[in-house]
Amino acid sequence: MTPDPILARKLLHEMVRIRRFEEKSAELYSAGKIRGFLHLYIGEEAVATGVMQALQPEDAVFATYREHGHALARGLSAGAIMAEMYGKVEGCSHGRGGSMHLFDAAAKFYGGNAIVGGGLPLTVGYALAQKMQQRTGLAACFFGEGAIAEGEFHESMNLASLWNVPALFLCENNLYAMGTALERSEADTNLVEKAASYRIAGKSVDGMDVLAVLEAAQQAAQFVRAGNGPYFLEFRTYRFRAHSMFDPELYRSKAEVERWKQRCPIAGFSVRAISEGWLTPQTIAAIEAEVAREIAQAVEFAEAGTWEPVETLTRDVYTARVQPE
Amino acid sequence: MNTVTAPVITTTYREALRMALREALQRDPRVFLMGEDVGRYGGTYAVSKGLLEEFGEERIRDTPLSESAFVGAGIGAALNGMLPIVEVMTCNFSLLALDQILNNAATLRHMSGGQFNIPLVIRMATGAGRQLAAQHSHSFEGWYAHIPGIRVVTPATLEDARGMLWTALMDPDPVIMFENALLYNLEGELATDAGAVDIDRAAVRRPGSDLTLVTYGGSLPKTLQAAERLAAQNISAEVIDLRTLRPLDMTTVLGSLAKTHRMVIIDEGWKSGSLAAEIMARVMEQAFYELDAPIERVCSAEVPIPYARHLEQAAIPQVETILAAALRTVKQHV
Ligand SMILES: Cc1ncc(C[n+]2csc(CCOP(=O)(O)OP(=O)(O)O)c2C)c(N)n1
Ligand SMILES: [Mg+2]
Repeated sequence: MTPDPILARKLLHEMVRIRRFEEKSAELYSAGKIRGFLHLYIGEEAVATGVMQALQPEDAVFATYREHGHALARGLSAGAIMAEMYGKVEGCSHGRGGSMHLFDAAAKFYGGNAIVGGGLPLTVGYALAQKMQQRTGLAACFFGEGAIAEGEFHESMNLASLWNVPALFLCENNLYAMGTALERSEADTNLVEKAASYRIAGKSVDGMDVLAVLEAAQQAAQFVRAGNGPYFLEFRTYRFRAHSMFDPELYRSKAEVERWKQRCPIAGFSVRAISEGWLTPQTIAAIEAEVAREIAQAVEFAEAGTWEPVETLTRDVYTARVQPE
Repeated sequence: MNTVTAPVITTTYREALRMALREALQRDPRVFLMGEDVGRYGGTYAVSKGLLEEFGEERIRDTPLSESAFVGAGIGAALNGMLPIVEVMTCNFSLLALDQILNNAATLRHMSGGQFNIPLVIRMATGAGRQLAAQHSHSFEGWYAHIPGIRVVTPATLEDARGMLWTALMDPDPVIMFENALLYNLEGELATDAGAVDIDRAAVRRPGSDLTLVTYGGSLPKTLQAAERLAAQNISAEVIDLRTLRPLDMTTVLGSLAKTHRMVIIDEGWKSGSLAAEIMARVMEQAFYELDAPIERVCSAEVPIPYARHLEQAAIPQVETILAAALRTVKQHV
């Protein structure tokens, strides 16, 4: 795939936006502004960026606890996400969810789910409802390769295939589930074949190449939109940072991490974009400057946000009922 | 010869748990530990750190993210001569294994007319307070204590962290051990000869005469702090650590009530249908006339635990809320 300069700029901009946002988040975590668990997407930016580019506003997105990048790429504002991680009312989940639970109904972003595999059955049901109501949007679900060991994955694959629902399964295979390497947790590490065993079509893609991701996601989305049933994509990627802020990384070598960093999706795409003439170094510098401004504003927005009064602690547990007269 | 008391060391709850695991693995070849990230990662809360190097992959067994399967496998191995310790990272994920725990571990002995035993220990972290939001802040001890066929223990001191595991392993029936995640860093002194402790009786952690504070697990340190502050106001609170939530040691609880006639129960579970409600009901049934004031409960608010710190803190028991409930209780005169 050869992108035009506008698309090339857009893809790079989105990846840089995610990278810088994550770096700032790590900094703010150390400063105690963000608490709880923080899972960074650094190294995996090409996946969310490429996939979101292939999705439409009518599609729904389900994600995991490592979802800042997906939320940003789906169009949630950096300010609303940052404010959420601060626990402020202005956050995209009004301070109730934090880093792992970003939601936005308008963007059809159905959240950060912190139970591994938890989003898969929801996606199947959402897609089923789309079909039953003759709606056109599909349901896209991101999940880590670790989720494949869960029964919920297998049950969901079977249902999705059996009911032929418009679901797009997007497996981010970063080779580790916390400290457990894929080959130490799966008897058969061929993930596409697992989907195939449920008669779900699928493909394995280089998740460090944003163009490869975009192309595969477009084809997969087209397949699903045409009513052919679900599709499974495996993105081979890598997280450059620890699993969360508490992980001493005893399970992988620095050399391995360094090898993967050589395949950084942002550096790789930048070099290629310049040599192919899609982008100039000036454009890239301009992207960095735009992103720096946006993130500084997001932090300001979060800092200026308000704390919810404790008096409303138990709100949003049930929907307020209209009382009969 | 004089009896010499063993020297004490300063250590943590986490280390005490590790000592217990190490001892069990050394003592009995049937013992093995399995769960997510217990080996290579070094344990989610670093409890099992170093054990893989010491005991090898057969006995420190990393599992895939398959809670239902590996908890069920633990039940199967226990059925067939082994003494498995299954670590379910946190109680939040134990819901995926609930069917195995409830429908197999808790019932096999009974359904078979007493032919089979499940000498299994399941360990899991529990509790809120670290801004992990709704899906990662559950306290399910009370839920599990609802189930006949399993024993539920909640070590809240270094001695219990060190000593409950072996006793639980020697129990012929399944035992679930809840480790409140806020306790892992708890520091204190532990005798070098500390070993197995009973898992039948509640313990009086602080003697007192004006009212009884009943608690367990992660709420024990908060309750002891509240008792300290009550003492400054000349109110003598007796603090009871339940230690085992099923079966409940009501003898100790009622013994204290017979002395103080007033009670506050502190329980991090949601108030409705809580363990605190069960204790209250038993007091009503067994010791109604001992009461000089209504029993109060300090539990979690009826809300999924929110992320924002101030909301989370407002949702769970605190020293201040324990203190307020205790004061209301002692100021009621009959
Ligand atoms: C059901 C369940 N079990 C365990 C956990 C704890 N946990 C959180 S993330 C994680 C690893 C998941 O790995 P993977 O699915 O590959 O996603 P990644 O973190 O690599 O993006 C584990 C074990 C959980 N959140 N949910
Ligand atoms: Mg992974």
